[in-house]
Amino acid sequence: MIEIKNISKSFNGRKVLDDISGVFRDGETSLVIGASGTGKSVLLKCMLDLVSPDTGEVFYDGREFLHKSEKERIDLRREMGVLFQGGALFDSQTVFQNVKFPLDMLTKQSEAEKRDRVEFCLKRVGLEAAGSRMPSEISGGMKKRVGIARAIVLNPKYLFCDEPNSGLDPLTSIKIDELIQEITQEYGTTTVVITHDMNSVLSIGQNIKFLYQGKKIWEGDSNSILTTHLQELDEFVFSNHALKQLRG
Amino acid sequence: MFRKFGKFLLFLYELFTRRESLKVYWKRFIDECMMIGVDSLLIVCIVAFFIGAVTCVQINANLVSPLIPTYIVSNIVRDMMLLELSSTFMCVILAGKVGSNIASELGTMRITEQVEALEVMGINAASYLVLPKVLAAFVMFPVLSVLSGFIGIVGGYIAGTATGIITPEQYIYGIRFSFIPFNMVIPIIKSAVFGILIATISAYKGFYTRGGALEVGKVSTTAVTNSCIAILIADYLLAELLT
Repeated sequence: MIEIKNISKSFNGRKVLDDISGVFRDGETSLVIGASGTGKSVLLKCMLDLVSPDTGEVFYDGREFLHKSEKERIDLRREMGVLFQGGALFDSQTVFQNVKFPLDMLTKQSEAEKRDRVEFCLKRVGLEAAGSRMPSEISGGMKKRVGIARAIVLNPKYLFCDEPNSGLDPLTSIKIDELIQEITQEYGTTTVVITHDMNSVLSIGQNIKFLYQGKKIWEGDSNSILTTHLQELDEFVFSNHALKQLRG
Repeated sequence: MFRKFGKFLLFLYELFTRRESLKVYWKRFIDECMMIGVDSLLIVCIVAFFIGAVTCVQINANLVSPLIPTYIVSNIVRDMMLLELSSTFMCVILAGKVGSNIASELGTMRITEQVEALEVMGINAASYLVLPKVLAAFVMFPVLSVLSGFIGIVGGYIAGTATGIITPEQYIYGIRFSFIPFNMVIPIIKSAVFGILIATISAYKGFYTRGGALEVGKVSTTAVTNSCIAILIADYLLAELLT
């Protein structure tokens, strides 16, 4: 379980995150949603300590993260897997090497053990035949799947996905969403997904936090999001024409 | 400016903290030596050859006096190549190739979140990415400098003898005349220092890139200009110290 308390962050006097608190539970896909520029990615980076928040605390299973020593933070980071927006694959390495990279750097496993684990992860994301290809030779959706494989290769307790559907067609988006949800349920990870894609919200949103102008103004699930009458949330959710018609 | 310099020093400090295993660095060091050294061989050879040739022709054209023996031409080619051209001039050329390469590589890694990907794994991205580049530059620049000195002198020989400026015997005599062995060490020291300057300045610029593709291009240009200025300042200081 991840708990954030009173996270605030400003850039050049402009408040991007304003006193955000919340809980992300184990085995659940939690979504942080909101329009572009509402601070979703900054919140994720604060939770990962890639950006230092001005105030606030982050607890991973009760363990305070931001104010720990560097070594303790590094140890905790090794329990996290992150899927970045563009996949963030290393250009100079093959797909196989990309997935193997965390094992090479952070474990003392034998080459055979590493190979088995990488093959398992690539198979899990449906890319067992793509191991020898370079990131520049694969599609955007495949890059995301390789990113997921790399994120889960160390069996993380916490999985973070930053806009996993951005730049993908609807069909591939659904596949990526399903994959994230399956992995969450299979391994019982605490999964945090940053998104503004309503398809994702409705299909995998077990717990949803809505950010508006840097504040968390609503929290619920994929059922209640359609029935809640909150102007800011309505504007976001029903900006989709089809959903607007569905609501009548 | 002082703030930036302070940030640069902290960046250098970061390279030596939380290091990875030697095995990891060794593999990356070899890769960087290939990129910085081996991939630069052709440009170094071409530039050095023509610098030597042009120096020989120019000195001959400007030293027209019956009182000056002909072998002085090759003597000056030797000293110019060893003391200045094989290190300073060559490193300015390499700042354009290697410096922009380092800055754009790291800049692209930053804007595509590859640096963040390393950091969330608990890896010191600065040390993992930059330290092998700095060490490779420290090792390979002197090698390239020695090579360029040799090629430059050969270039002068070919240009001088082929055009009848100087005979082969006079050229060889001039090369050996009043030779100071320490002059062989000067380009090695200078190019090692310049290599560190180019690698660290370019890496610093690339590592802290913010924005998109446009910014990567800008930091690449800034890395080269800043490296060249640093080389020229260091060249003056080293000339005062070493001669």
